[in-house]
Order: sequence, then C-alpha cells, then structure tokens
Amino acid sequence: MRPFTLSRADTVQSAVQTQSEFEMPSNTATVHAPSQYVAGGTTLIDLMKLDVMRPQSVIDINALERTSSGEIELGSRGLHLGALVRMSTAADHPDVRKNYPMISQSLELAASPQIRNMASLGGNVLQRTRCTYFRDTSYSACNKRTPGSGCAALEGINRMHAVLGVSDRCIATYPGDFAQALIALDAQLEIAGPDGSRTMRFSDLHRPPGLSPHIETTLAPGELILAFMVPAVPWAKRSLYLKIRDRQSYEFALASAAVALDLDGDTVRNSRIALGGVSALPWRAREAEQKLNGRKLDDAALNDVAEAAFVQAQPREHNAFKVQLGKLTLIRALRQASTMEL
Amino acid sequence: MTMTLLDRARGEPVVQAERPDSDALLNIKLRINGRDHRLALDGRTTLLDALRDHVGLTGTKKGCDHGQCGACTVLVDNRRVLSCLSFAAMNEGHDVTTIEGLVKSDGTLHPMQQAFIDHDAFQCGYCTPGQIMSAVACVHERHAENDAQIREFMSGNLCRCAAYPNIVDAVNQAKVQMKEA
Repeated sequence: MRPFTLSRADTVQSAVQTQSEFEMPSNTATVHAPSQYVAGGTTLIDLMKLDVMRPQSVIDINALERTSSGEIELGSRGLHLGALVRMSTAADHPDVRKNYPMISQSLELAASPQIRNMASLGGNVLQRTRCTYFRDTSYSACNKRTPGSGCAALEGINRMHAVLGVSDRCIATYPGDFAQALIALDAQLEIAGPDGSRTMRFSDLHRPPGLSPHIETTLAPGELILAFMVPAVPWAKRSLYLKIRDRQSYEFALASAAVALDLDGDTVRNSRIALGGVSALPWRAREAEQKLNGRKLDDAALNDVAEAAFVQAQPREHNAFKVQLGKLTLIRALRQASTMEL
Repeated sequence: MTMTLLDRARGEPVVQAERPDSDALLNIKLRINGRDHRLALDGRTTLLDALRDHVGLTGTKKGCDHGQCGACTVLVDNRRVLSCLSFAAMNEGHDVTTIEGLVKSDGTLHPMQQAFIDHDAFQCGYCTPGQIMSAVACVHERHAENDAQIREFMSGNLCRCAAYPNIVDAVNQAKVQMKEA
C-alpha cells in the first residue's frame, strides 16, 4: 500500500475543508481522487491494498456518528437514515423493518455480519464495482481506472457483468443492494460540500458509464453524503428485496429485485420496481411499473412486466443468462410481495 | 503492459512499496483486552497487523487480508468486525477484544472455546479464532436462535476444512451456557 496521511475530522466542515485542499487533477478517474473519506473502510482499504485506490490523504469521518449523520429517525415525512449509521444497525431497526421491509432486507442480505457492522450507509451506496478487471491492476485496459484505456471485460470473462445501463466503454455491474431500495422508494440525499449543503434525488447520484465510465457519480470533489431521506410510502410495508446469487449467503447478486406493491384486492394501484445485479448503476424499472399499474397481478401481467424491465438489455458472451434470470427474479419477487400478510 | 499470472509467479512486485517514513509514525494508544498499549505505527498499519506484529497477539489470524474469509474477526466495542479492513489508528478510543481476551484470568475457557473443543468444531484450526469471536458476537446479537440462523449469521467466516456442522453444534451448546452465565 502506498503511504498517505491519515487525519480525523470532528465536524462536517473540517472534513469537507480538508478534502477540498486536495485538487482533483483533470481527466483523472474518480477512483484516483487524491483524498478520500473513510468510515467503515471495507471498500477503501481493500482497494488500497490492491493498489486500485492510491489516495495521498485519508480522512476518518467516524466522529460524525455523534451528529445527526449517526441517527435513524422515523417521522411524518418519512425516514431519516444518517450516512454514518452502520448497515447492521439500520437492518435491525424496528421502524425500518416494519415500514420499509425492502430496506431492511437489502441490507441484511448483503455482505457478512462483520462487514455490516463496519460499513456505513453512505459508503455502502458508493461501494465500487466488483468487476475483476477493475480490481486487478495487472489489466491495463479499464476505462473506469484509466480513461481511454479500453475495457477488458467486453471480450473477457463477463459472466458477472451488467446487461442494463451499460455502454461499449464499460459493462461493470453496480454491486450494491441497499441502493436498489433507495431508488425504488424515491429517496433523497443530504450532501455537504465546499459550497454548503444541498439535497439531491438519490436517482441522480450514480452516472451511467456512457462515454466516461471513470466519472462514477455526480458528487463534486469534497462533497460528503450526510443522510438519506426516504419519503413516507405507507404501502411500502408490502415490499421486499429478493436476491439471487451463486451461493445462498455472503455473495453479490446475479439478479435481484426490490419491489413494493399498493394493492386494491388483486389489482395493482401503484408499484415500485428496482433491479440489482444486472445493471451498471442502481436501476429503477419505470417502464415495468407502468405496465403493472392498474392491472390484475396475473401471469400475463407478470410476463409483460418482466419483458418491459429487460427490453433494453444488452447481453454479452457470458452474461446472457442474466436476462432470463432477472425476469424470473422479478416475477417471483412480485408474486411474493402480493401474498405478504400485513 | 499486461501482467500475467506467470509474471506474478516469478515474484515480481507490481508496485514497489515505499518505506515508511519513521518521522511520520503515528503515536497511538489502543485498548486491547482491557489493557492499554502505546504504539508508534505507520498509518498504513491495519488493526490486524498492529495486533499480530506490534502487540504480539498472534491469536487473530490473517487469512485473505481482504475481508473475505473472517479469520481476522475481533470485537470492537463488543461488535464483531474484520481487523484486516480497519486502520489501527481508527480504533483509538475503542475497546478491542481478541481471542486472547476471552479466557478468564484463572485460565477457564470461554463457553464458546470449550464448545468448539467438545464438538470438534475444527480440523486445521486456522479459522478457529475468527469463528469463535464471530460466534460469541452471533449469540450476543441474538442471531443464534436456530440452525438456519446460525448458518446465515456465521457465513462471514469460511472454514476450508468444512467443519461447519460441528461449528453449528458448538454454537448451540455455548449459547445455552452463555445465557446461564
């Protein structure tokens, strides 16, 4: 691991100020930003050991746990989830479990108990892809690490790679689960930065790879996620996160679905659908929702919904199975949600 | 130039690590198993390396060093974490408990340690300190109510000898004794 200076920030202001002292060189991948915040460290330290990340400065922000960034609060407007809350704490919280089962399940089905005790919610949504070509610096071709160098995954072993939201510059999968629940529920972000605080829709945080996969999010240099605001969605009590993977526990998704249903008898009044394991960024399947709303939840409707969700899929040599797996995952998730007893 | 596995087998480093600058060592205090330790560490030192190489507590094991195997599991403020994915300096002001801290001062083993022996819950033993630390936390978290839950909440600890059925038996025995204690 390369040397760096470790500093501790006791306030949001000092964290942002220290981070902003390091200028981001132009045409540099965000993964190579010279200064990084650390909370749990489960992504950062792993990638520093692999030499994928090479910060000169690491800023420990764990002291912010004593601010509202360390709190979970359910109010009339919705759920506040502090960015420094650990995954396990949020997953176990009775208000989260009861009102937003898909959030609780997306966290509990991720990683291992130890990692969930360490990893913060803010860091979780910013976790980096598990693309093996990105994580192994002996492959020189990676547009995410080195702009314009190419993509080894396009013609490589791409079984784990994305089929939605991809470009011909990058097909790396967004690996997270929690983000699918946030995007399904129209969550907002509270962000601090050098120019003060702002709020942003969670769905605007991650950028599709497009022509510049090395720019992963819309966060400006120095910006720090303070909290997530999940709106009150009373019918989200009927929601779940279904995750399909190579082994039953402690594994990333091959395909997953975060679904919520507002039912009137067996007719769907409203729905939310997000898909994980198959996409380059957190993925809201709005066309699929539109196919579902106002219809009875029968086999014909479920098939239409699944087809709509994957109509834009661009499979490669080894990951074509994800299209069919993703459809079946979504159908099963919707069926399970419709039979939940509330 | 793309490196291949063959190049790697020759032991050529991809990156030459820079030497730690001795002027830049961090002076930190870690509270481990109830005792304070003053250490001068390079900022890159993980909690795992601090425990093993600087404090001499080698019970905590280094498996993958990337947060995938669980061999390095310790408790920080009674929560189980991976010591390989945390810089030592980030743990100042917190209580670290390692496998060496479970045994009573008179030498009596922790019920979980005894249960691993009683149920032959290991073969080579390399993953065992991590398994035991994780299992103690698993019981305290109330995530050991039945076999399926024990398997799910112990999934962060890999055992290449596949002693899993015996580990589940050990946790089931120890959880009863831990409640009584």
